[in-house]
Amino acid sequence: MELRVNSIDKTFSGFHALDNVSLDIRSGELIALLGPSGSGKTTLLRLIAGLDFPTGGAIHFGDEDASKKSVQERNVGFVFQHYALFRHMNVLDNIGFGLKVRPAATRPPKSEIRRRALELLDLVQLSGLEKRFPNQLSGGQRQRVALARALAIEPKVLLLDEPFGALDAQVRRDLRRWLREIHDRTGHTTVFVTHDQEEALELADRVVVMSSGRIEQVGSADDIYDTPNSPFVYGFIGESSRLPVRVEDGQVWLEDRTIGLDAQNAPAGPAELYFRPHDIDVLEGCGGCIAGTVTATRRVEARRRIELAVGGPGHRVEIELPADSAVAEGTRIAFRPRAWKLFPAH
Amino acid sequence: MIPGFGITFGFTIFYLSLLILIPLAGLGWRSASLGWAEFWRLATDPRVLAALRTSFWTSAFAATVNVVFGVIVAWVLVRYRFPGRRLIDAAVDLPFALPTAVAGIALTAIYAPNGWIGQWLQPYDIRIAYTPTGIVIALIFIGLPFVVRTVQPVMEEISREVEEAAATLGANRFQTVWRVILPGLLPAILTGFALAFGRAVGEYGSVLFIAGNIPFVSEIAPLLIVIRLEEFNYAAATAIGAIMLVLAFVVLLTINLIQAWSRRRFGYGG
Repeated sequence: MELRVNSIDKTFSGFHALDNVSLDIRSGELIALLGPSGSGKTTLLRLIAGLDFPTGGAIHFGDEDASKKSVQERNVGFVFQHYALFRHMNVLDNIGFGLKVRPAATRPPKSEIRRRALELLDLVQLSGLEKRFPNQLSGGQRQRVALARALAIEPKVLLLDEPFGALDAQVRRDLRRWLREIHDRTGHTTVFVTHDQEEALELADRVVVMSSGRIEQVGSADDIYDTPNSPFVYGFIGESSRLPVRVEDGQVWLEDRTIGLDAQNAPAGPAELYFRPHDIDVLEGCGGCIAGTVTATRRVEARRRIELAVGGPGHRVEIELPADSAVAEGTRIAFRPRAWKLFPAH
Repeated sequence: MIPGFGITFGFTIFYLSLLILIPLAGLGWRSASLGWAEFWRLATDPRVLAALRTSFWTSAFAATVNVVFGVIVAWVLVRYRFPGRRLIDAAVDLPFALPTAVAGIALTAIYAPNGWIGQWLQPYDIRIAYTPTGIVIALIFIGLPFVVRTVQPVMEEISREVEEAAATLGANRFQTVWRVILPGLLPAILTGFALAFGRAVGEYGSVLFIAGNIPFVSEIAPLLIVIRLEEFNYAAATAIGAIMLVLAFVVLLTINLIQAWSRRRFGYGG
């Protein structure tokens, strides 16, 4: 089922939670909504589900306008961060709930409901636990039951709200891989919300980066990481360094000298230079480079991160070098970013 | 084990003995000294049986009504924000604080054949004051806060997400309430019922005025005990007291066992 979000607005008593958001999701796609708290990602998910209604705009499921439909009519599978299992029902009854509450005309017979629930339990790799109650399961197991329950109604789309947010790191990694497998096997159009960029980039076909009620960028993990299209995305995804510069005569200037970068089509005037700390060349002599004094060094996993004070006012930038590079505080280092982007200064 | 078990457990036993066990043991000992035949004769006296029957069925009925309305009142207080909510919230506790005799007199004034409400029912030959119906109304009044106050906090803890989950799975509002919310509240509702019932069985002051106290019709067991005491018939008073104690204990124990069972099964407390 393909999904079209068309110029959606949502205000909560004066607060603009979503501002003219449009998004096309292809059938069978696995999409991540990624953003900091308050970026509107959960609001967007709830609007798609029909748990909230937009102030303006429309949502289409395929060719059908779903905007006015109630949550019950939309037939979406929704998985909550805190599982939201029915604790007075055992695992099997939880999974079968969506089938049991159907009107008599479309309700499968009891034996069929049981068969389907057991089948789903097998899909989420919890066979044998059908008699357990939710409080007898671990967090990861509960979330799997919640997913099986959502899949039981054969949803048009599957929506997950921070599905791994309440779990510890190891379980998260396992479930992430497992969710990808389930998605590949069942082929549901799936949208999940997360504030964990690693999760989004690793799991999703396309990532939707959101901030303050708007979509900043939509793209594959490569697009988002390699060609961020705004200072926000540069800052939010991965590590980045920022340096205030100036564009003049098609060159990038740091204070009174050029740093050897061609400004391409950037307009003249003050600008901000963004680059990835690891994506730099260290230079011996400095004819057109950025040079700074080392103020601190830290070991970060396989690399060494160096903090430099650059130029007169001592702007702080970070670069990464191989872990074995011995750099003492106070030494001068010259470098030039390999990949970078200029944004107009605010 | 958490430190301090010895001293707190010792205190609990001491306290319970002083306030509950010793007086109750006195009652047991007193009725035991009657001898079985004498006890049986006093206990099966028709007037005693009628009073016990009246006491227990009016209490059970009132507690049941309170469960229904108490849950609705709790729901309104938990789920909706409206002007005057705090006022209603505070008013729920009034039956706790009001002297029960005052409540009884007020209810009698309203429901008597010439009272505010009673006068409108009179032409239809419906009588409330001086009948068991009047007793039930008085017991509903004093029992309401028990149900509201036990159900309210548990209701506050039900997450909206569980309801939303039910809705996304296709459940309509009625199915959500009936299959998801109410079963989750059941242990709290049972506690509320037990408390309201226990309070109603022992209630005396408010019933006295509205019941009319007609033997075999609207006479409650606690009143019969007082009547026997006033006749210096301590043996009969003791016997009635002992029977009430046993019956009440059996009812409350049963409810407790049901609760313990549901807690074990679903892993949450009432």
